[in-house]
Amino acid sequence: MAIYSTSDFRNGLKVMIDGSPCAMVDVDFVKPGKGQAFCRVKYRNLLTGRVNEKTWKSGESIEGADVMDTDMEYLYTDGEHWHFMNPETYEQIEADASALGDTAKWIKGQEKCVVTLWNDNPIAVEPPNFVELAVIETDPGVRGDTSGGGGKPATLEGGAVVRVPLFIDVGELLKVDARTGEYVSRVKQ
Amino acid sequence: MVTSANLAWRPTASLSVMQLRAQLMARIRHYFAEQQVLEVETPILQQAGNTDPMIDNLQCSYGAHGVLEQGYYLQTSPEYAMKRLLAAGSGPIYQVCKVFRDGESGRRHSPEFTLLEWYRPGFDLYALMDEVEELVSRLMALDDGAVRITYTDLFQHFIGVDPIQDEVTLLRNHALKFGITVSEQSDERDFWLDLLLSHIIEPELKTLGRLVFVYDYPATQAALAQINADGLAERFELYLDGVELANGYYELADGDEQRRRFVNDNNRRRSLGKSQVPIDESLLMALNAGLPGSAGVALGLDRLLMCLSKTTSLEEVLTFPIGCRT
Repeated sequence: MAIYSTSDFRNGLKVMIDGSPCAMVDVDFVKPGKGQAFCRVKYRNLLTGRVNEKTWKSGESIEGADVMDTDMEYLYTDGEHWHFMNPETYEQIEADASALGDTAKWIKGQEKCVVTLWNDNPIAVEPPNFVELAVIETDPGVRGDTSGGGGKPATLEGGAVVRVPLFIDVGELLKVDARTGEYVSRVKQ
Repeated sequence: MVTSANLAWRPTASLSVMQLRAQLMARIRHYFAEQQVLEVETPILQQAGNTDPMIDNLQCSYGAHGVLEQGYYLQTSPEYAMKRLLAAGSGPIYQVCKVFRDGESGRRHSPEFTLLEWYRPGFDLYALMDEVEELVSRLMALDDGAVRITYTDLFQHFIGVDPIQDEVTLLRNHALKFGITVSEQSDERDFWLDLLLSHIIEPELKTLGRLVFVYDYPATQAALAQINADGLAERFELYLDGVELANGYYELADGDEQRRRFVNDNNRRRSLGKSQVPIDESLLMALNAGLPGSAGVALGLDRLLMCLSKTTSLEEVLTFPIGCRT
């Protein structure tokens, strides 16, 4: 694996920090007057999603992380694992709940997801920006109300709860922004 | 179609910032003409480099096709050459020039940048601070007077430690207390002082909105400054909005002491695994011939322009920045 010196540090660079694969999100070079130069880095731990900060002395080196983002299609879950397929090679992989995190509630099958592999093991799964999911529970729809004002909570297949307009009924298919968890529109079936 | 890729040829500085730079240069030259300080030029290519262990020289060569190929260093500051002019009887001098430092790249660092450097024979450090304050206040249209604080008081005020007397482990504990995680656990005092200064104090200075002069540096950070009777370096740094703008000395004039410092620098470089840098013998000869008692200062013009234009990165004030990370 590549070794990166502080002069190679860039936003997005993936490296091993304290045993975890991490992505740099903010890199700054600081140096007081004639003194010691430092590389001050904010990084996201790709296993936990947490952002931390660490400083290296200028000139130090750290190990790169063998991390790759791959486009994959979600197939199904057996309750314990979520199964994905590389649409080009037809290779299949299984990811566990900790890799899925919140993504589990946004996908039901056939979605194109971005699977992050570390040493070929899935550590994170990003759903598509927009997903289509059916409403399984909400207060009865109010006919004729298309104002969109106010709204009400609706539970979707997969378990996500989103705010929807009052006219939405159980069984309807909705387009939702998975990044923000916001209702976008009804989907004509 | 317009994409970021086919706009990559364009300057990163706006036209208004470029105009501001031109005005800044004109006003600086006007000020020094008024003060009867002589504008000089010295070579950017130097046969001797900067020995400072914390500064890395860029190198190039001349006559690469011949047997007399000569390696040169790109100057990290015009200090050595300007002191030779002072020793030769130039009187007060200033220079605006490009300087180069390897590996320095960030929001406030560029491997190539513009310095305004000037020397005042007959001034002490305090008289030079007065002049820096007057010039920068005028250029920046600042009304409030500058704050002057010793290096020790600065650390007492913002961190609650004595940077010179307290144990190194105490400095390290304070870095931890402020939530700084650092890869290295150095036992060197200056390492922790530099860490605390750059990570805690400089960001704190951001909010002051006034010029801040820090002076009376630890002797280990004297560089080319004289050491005073209290064992402190006659050196100051100027900050504005947490940005370090200028570094000044009451200049070391003792050639023997200067040689010792150069040799120490090279020893330190060796222990850091860095290359040896040839000592500037011409400077030592000039010091031995007699440097008039002088104070001198280097001011980073790109950073000054950054403060003046209320921008936050050097990229926004340089036409075509090199070595940027973004």
